[in-house]
Amino acid sequence: MDVVKLQKQLVDYRASLYHEAFLDEQFTQLQELQDENNPDFVVEVVSLFFEDSERLLNELAKALEQQSIDFKRVDAHVHQLKGSSSSIGAQRVQKVCITFRNYCEEQNVEGCLKCLQQVKHEYSLVKTKLETMFKILAAGGSIPM
Amino acid sequence: MESCNCIEPQWPADELLMKYQYISDFFIALAYFSIPLELIYFVKKSAVFPYRWVLVQFGAFIVLCGATHLINLWTFTMHSRTVAVVMTTAKVLTAVVSCATALMLVHIIPDLLSVKTRELFLKNKAAELDREMGLIRTQEETGRHVRMLTHEIRSTLDRHTILKTTLVELGRTLGLEECALWMPTRTGLELQLSYTLRQQNPVGYTVPIHLPVINQVFSSSRAVKISPNCPVARLRPVSGKYVPGEVVAVRVPLLHLSNFQINDWPELSTKRYALMVLMLPSDSARQWHGHQLELVEVVADQVAVALSHAAILEESMRARDLLMEQNVALDLARREAETAIRARNDFLAVMNHEMRTPMHAIIALSSLLQETELTPEQRLMVETILKSSNLLATLINDVLDVSRLEDGSLQLDLGIFNLCAVFREVLNLIKPIASVKKLHVSLNLAPDLPEYAIGDEKRLMQTILNVVGNAVKFTKEGSISITAFVAKSESLRDSRAPEFFPVPSDNHFYLRVQVKDSGSGISTQDIPKLFTKFAQTQSTATRNSGGSGLGLAICKRFVNLMEGHIWIESEGLGKGCTAIFTVKLGIPERLNESKLPLMPKVSSNHGQTSFSGLKVLVMDENGVSRMVTKGLLVHLGFEVTMVSSSDECLHVVSHEHKVVLMDVCVPGMDGYEIAVQIHEKFTKSHERPLIVALTGNTDKVTKENCMRAGMDGVILKPVSLDKMRSVLSDLLEHRVLFEAI
Repeated sequence: MDVVKLQKQLVDYRASLYHEAFLDEQFTQLQELQDENNPDFVVEVVSLFFEDSERLLNELAKALEQQSIDFKRVDAHVHQLKGSSSSIGAQRVQKVCITFRNYCEEQNVEGCLKCLQQVKHEYSLVKTKLETMFKILAAGGSIPM
Repeated sequence: MESCNCIEPQWPADELLMKYQYISDFFIALAYFSIPLELIYFVKKSAVFPYRWVLVQFGAFIVLCGATHLINLWTFTMHSRTVAVVMTTAKVLTAVVSCATALMLVHIIPDLLSVKTRELFLKNKAAELDREMGLIRTQEETGRHVRMLTHEIRSTLDRHTILKTTLVELGRTLGLEECALWMPTRTGLELQLSYTLRQQNPVGYTVPIHLPVINQVFSSSRAVKISPNCPVARLRPVSGKYVPGEVVAVRVPLLHLSNFQINDWPELSTKRYALMVLMLPSDSARQWHGHQLELVEVVADQVAVALSHAAILEESMRARDLLMEQNVALDLARREAETAIRARNDFLAVMNHEMRTPMHAIIALSSLLQETELTPEQRLMVETILKSSNLLATLINDVLDVSRLEDGSLQLDLGIFNLCAVFREVLNLIKPIASVKKLHVSLNLAPDLPEYAIGDEKRLMQTILNVVGNAVKFTKEGSISITAFVAKSESLRDSRAPEFFPVPSDNHFYLRVQVKDSGSGISTQDIPKLFTKFAQTQSTATRNSGGSGLGLAICKRFVNLMEGHIWIESEGLGKGCTAIFTVKLGIPERLNESKLPLMPKVSSNHGQTSFSGLKVLVMDENGVSRMVTKGLLVHLGFEVTMVSSSDECLHVVSHEHKVVLMDVCVPGMDGYEIAVQIHEKFTKSHERPLIVALTGNTDKVTKENCMRAGMDGVILKPVSLDKMRSVLSDLLEHRVLFEAI
């Protein structure tokens, strides 16, 4: 049946995401929250995450370009990003954020820049993966747990 | 000499001559006296004689002449004067009478002559009348013969008898030597000798049909004299002695039933004819008379009619035999069909039990397996097993339903159910398939649709699912829209269902569902077949989509059981189609809390507390986590208000909120202060909402801070659904909780 093939494909993909630590159990929790009252919950949250993250990454980029870097602000942004990504379950992003924060506390500019690059990279990866998965889901629907 | 008065004869008497005169006179007198006597005698004898007076005169004249001659006898010798006087008197009288008679005869003789003429005329007339009489008699004779022949011919409906009788009777009536009938062969190119009078078994002589003599006979409706030497007439071996008698031939039209038009007599131009040949006896010098020819012509026509009657009869007998055979065959087929149906029902009844038992085992154990701990792949496999076996069970049920529906033994399971939930369930089930095909499915429920209804939920869902499933199956691209509303009485009457007059009442309403798709459509001649069991349209799309063809037939039966009507409209191939059905559902009078089915997604495994309607306040600066937290709480049934800053939080918080969840991990914000301020705001402890901190830090410091700030609980992020549920239920129950990692 097509549906089974579809579901298998989805599950395989998701399994790969988990395996590669792109996503953790938090994402599963999110999916549990989706029901008939909230049919598009996951998509909405993830879209919000994308928006938020992009904004934060821009802010970070701007902040780190300054002559005198306001580490407190940078830290605040990174904290936000960490919070968002942990809410989503974007594990890798979250990990990089933790490292980023450490560098911020140390006020290590190079480290921060390096982390920024990493964060961007991880973010774009997870974004691509999530978008692919949503393509498989298309309009959403009951995903077998 | 004495003087005597004797008269001397004139001349001296010669003895011999005198003797002869004497004798002659005597005989003359005799004759003269006898003639009148004869006359009188014969006149008296005859009945009619108009001239009596003339006769008397004539008689007188003759008598007197006779008297004269008699008296003359005495004058031969010496006779006295007296004799002479008498003689003279007689003569005078004779003279008078004879003159009178002569005068009279002048008048009478022309009359007598004309009588003669008249007599001749009358005789001629009599002869003529005799002739005519003879003719009439002959004609009447002919007519009698014809009637007799016709009667003989028409008294039978058998073709052979007709023809044989014709020949026999004609032979007898006309005194024929030979009479023969030549019929056209099947090819129509030859005439074959079919019947003869004298020869018992006519050998199959054939004669080509296009001989000039035959054409001559066929072209005229009259009997035609033909030469005895032409091939059709040469039936007997010709020997030298015989002078063959005259031969007459006449055509016999072979009429067919289809030749008779309503309005006009059949055209004889393209007809087939048979040839009847009649031969007078040879050496008889008889000739064909007109009346005989007429007789022959009339007989030929009668034979034609009789033959056509015979043909009609044969036809109808054949048809009747055929019908009888067919009747017998149909009866047999019907009995066989009944036996087959009974056998099938028995088979199904047995297989019902046999098939359901293993299915039951599969389904039951799979669902039990589902409840255990499984890896995602295993779970998926089990779900697939479950779904497939459910499908199979459904198929088995379908087949059994069909047979039960036919028996009329199916009954609906009525109960209260959530109508909107049914539609949403269908939507959820159909969405994956629809999204694979990139079809857009939209559900439009009318606002006046009651939330709960009384009816057979399972079968209603089956119907809707079937209809929607068909829509998805047959649509390659585009969209599917499902509309459901309460049918009003005007819209209930549809041109497609004129016999359907539903009357909504207080206890019932009619649900009308329309499923419109933009798919391949159905051609108008296929529409009636749609609801037939096992019948499918022949497109390849159908073949590939599977399905047993039972779906719509079952839907129709269910809809009928629910006192509704189902039909499909389509503008044609490629123009999509709309499936519409109406069913009658009951309206529950009052919604008792106890009767309400629980909200579907609330699993009652943990958390006995119902959270529905409880108000909570969530404070989180991070949009994403705010949303996630809200999602969690909404899922649990809380009514959530979101704020993103502490000021907002303090503004919004009220005694209606049972719980305040705040994120305290945000740098630069002190969630603890908020907690303190909330404490200050609500002096009475039972009005104060419970304060819970959501934090990502697990260290003790945070916890202590929270405790010191007066928070009622701490929850570590990330929060799982179960964790949130249990924490909050504990919190609400005990009003304190101080650990929730």
